[in-house]
Amino acid sequence: MAPTSPPPASVRSISCPNCGGTVELRGMGRTVSAVCVQCLSVIDTSTPAMAVVQKFESNQRFQPLIPLGTRGKLRGELYEAIGFQVRQLVVEGVSYAWSEYVLFNPYKGFRYLTEYNGHWSDVYVLTSVPEVSGEGRSKRAKHLNENFRHFQHYTATTIYVMGEFPWQVRVGETAVCDDYVDPPRLLSSERTGNEVTWSLGEYTPGATIWQSFQLKGAAPPPVGVFANQPSPYKGQIGKAWKRFLFWAAALLALQLLFSATHSNTFVFSRHFKFQPQPGKTDNAFVTEIFDLKGHTSSVEVSIRSSTAGTLFYNLALINEETGRALDFGREASVSDHVVLPAVPSGRYYLRVEPETPYSNIGEVQYQIDVRRDVTTWVFFVIGLILLLVPPIFASLRSSMFEGKRWQESDYAPTSSEDS
Amino acid sequence: MPKPSANCPNCGAPVSFQFSGAVQTTCPYCHSILVRHDVDLEKVGQVANLPPDVSPIQRLTEGIWNQRSFVVVGRILYQYEQGAWNEWHCVTNLGESWWLSDAMARYAVSKLVPLPPKLPPPGELKPGLRLDLNGTRYEITSLTRARYIGVEGELPFEYWDKTECLFADLQTADSRFGTIDCTEDPPLLFLGESVPFDSLQLKNLRQFEGW
Repeated sequence: MAPTSPPPASVRSISCPNCGGTVELRGMGRTVSAVCVQCLSVIDTSTPAMAVVQKFESNQRFQPLIPLGTRGKLRGELYEAIGFQVRQLVVEGVSYAWSEYVLFNPYKGFRYLTEYNGHWSDVYVLTSVPEVSGEGRSKRAKHLNENFRHFQHYTATTIYVMGEFPWQVRVGETAVCDDYVDPPRLLSSERTGNEVTWSLGEYTPGATIWQSFQLKGAAPPPVGVFANQPSPYKGQIGKAWKRFLFWAAALLALQLLFSATHSNTFVFSRHFKFQPQPGKTDNAFVTEIFDLKGHTSSVEVSIRSSTAGTLFYNLALINEETGRALDFGREASVSDHVVLPAVPSGRYYLRVEPETPYSNIGEVQYQIDVRRDVTTWVFFVIGLILLLVPPIFASLRSSMFEGKRWQESDYAPTSSEDS
Repeated sequence: MPKPSANCPNCGAPVSFQFSGAVQTTCPYCHSILVRHDVDLEKVGQVANLPPDVSPIQRLTEGIWNQRSFVVVGRILYQYEQGAWNEWHCVTNLGESWWLSDAMARYAVSKLVPLPPKLPPPGELKPGLRLDLNGTRYEITSLTRARYIGVEGELPFEYWDKTECLFADLQTADSRFGTIDCTEDPPLLFLGESVPFDSLQLKNLRQFEGW
């Protein structure tokens, strides 16, 4: 009962009805257009008449990177390259051309590859209609719960064809296209006449194509950043921040541990008054002596003043026994403090010299406190800043990459009208 | 279920049926189109020479969809400006009639909706039109004016003298599939699903040399 017609051969040759040259057909009856590359004729192969439906001209003979007739395994399926077209879009007088390959398997049907500047995508036609929402920058297309951002609206014009196509292909034919991206995927709608075709592409490294089709040499390196090219920094930002959080927490724990070992004791606290007098320049005095106990450790001297920004203090911590002085002038506003990192134990006093360029500010009250063995946060803060470098760097690199991607879109950060 | 059988009124060859509900078949020997009247077969026409077959599916191809097995028993072949496509008539293990369409190696399984909701008249069908059918929103994605080329094997209705046919293909956001078939009045509605080739687990396929 089964049909008795012999299985068709893989490649069938016909003579071009225009020039008589050989045209190889690999589409096994599935294709409806074939191109004679000798005389640049498009032949309608859907009917036995094999009529020439177009003769086209091209000032360039494009050569496919995957020779037609080459077979390769893509995602585990064997496909043969049977068709090749070059399409272009024009933006502000500049034309951009890309290649599209028709791949065929007599069971699985058609699949497509697109290539632009070394960027490849593996594409198939959808059997569903994605939902489009929003306008302009917030335009989105949703396909099976995946949201794609609108990237570009353009008119694609076919400028060169080779091999076979499962549709009536013509040079000069235009389609109105919208690309939406969710790297590494690219969702595309193509309108010809009043029919819309949706397709879904996945970014594929050129090396994968070269390996799949066993092509000679190496894949040309990609130029620039492509619409659906996955960002090498994607995921790195999150990882860098996670690493930051981990080390920041470790640093904080260490800091808390250190601060617990500090005694942080008050050794001196006094209230002073200062009455600026015209002509009087030397207002220096010394405090009483206080003890700094224990091992060599930090000392914090803090000043709180009742007047903002009008007083300067020249301070010195002086060891009573050795006479060694640690000078630290402070330009105190409301409050300020200084930490002297390593002060040996001993008996000390402060020499204080308040100064002001103003003589008419009246009496100033201020307080000086001295604390021994204080917790300093400066190393913690420095550590935190150092830890911030990698995640901020990752974020910067990532946003630069995304900037390059969107530079090619309808939503370029710097619009071309300005340039 | 005993399979009905009879002899071809044209050439006398035995003609058996896979599908007890078949109304029409073709004689595998002389390619006469035969219509069943109870036990008798009447020759109503002759199948023209069909163009070389391109589908990997053939009669007696078996597959599985929605956890039901089916076997291909017949087909209708159409041609349109972008090529040709097959509507393969399948019978399930429960005796249901299904259609497996192979258009440019894109496959879809659908069933006739016996009591369809009210459909717009054929003149109002156009791409982009949205229709709510049985609670699902479909969109007309293409209108196809097709030429009936021929039939083969068993079909659930008489179908052999058509000329121009108008079809509207429907899609959803989730790969459901439908066809409004305007060859009848009122039009017929078929609903189903677009299916990847591998998911049908097809057996007894045609072999393609070199593949």
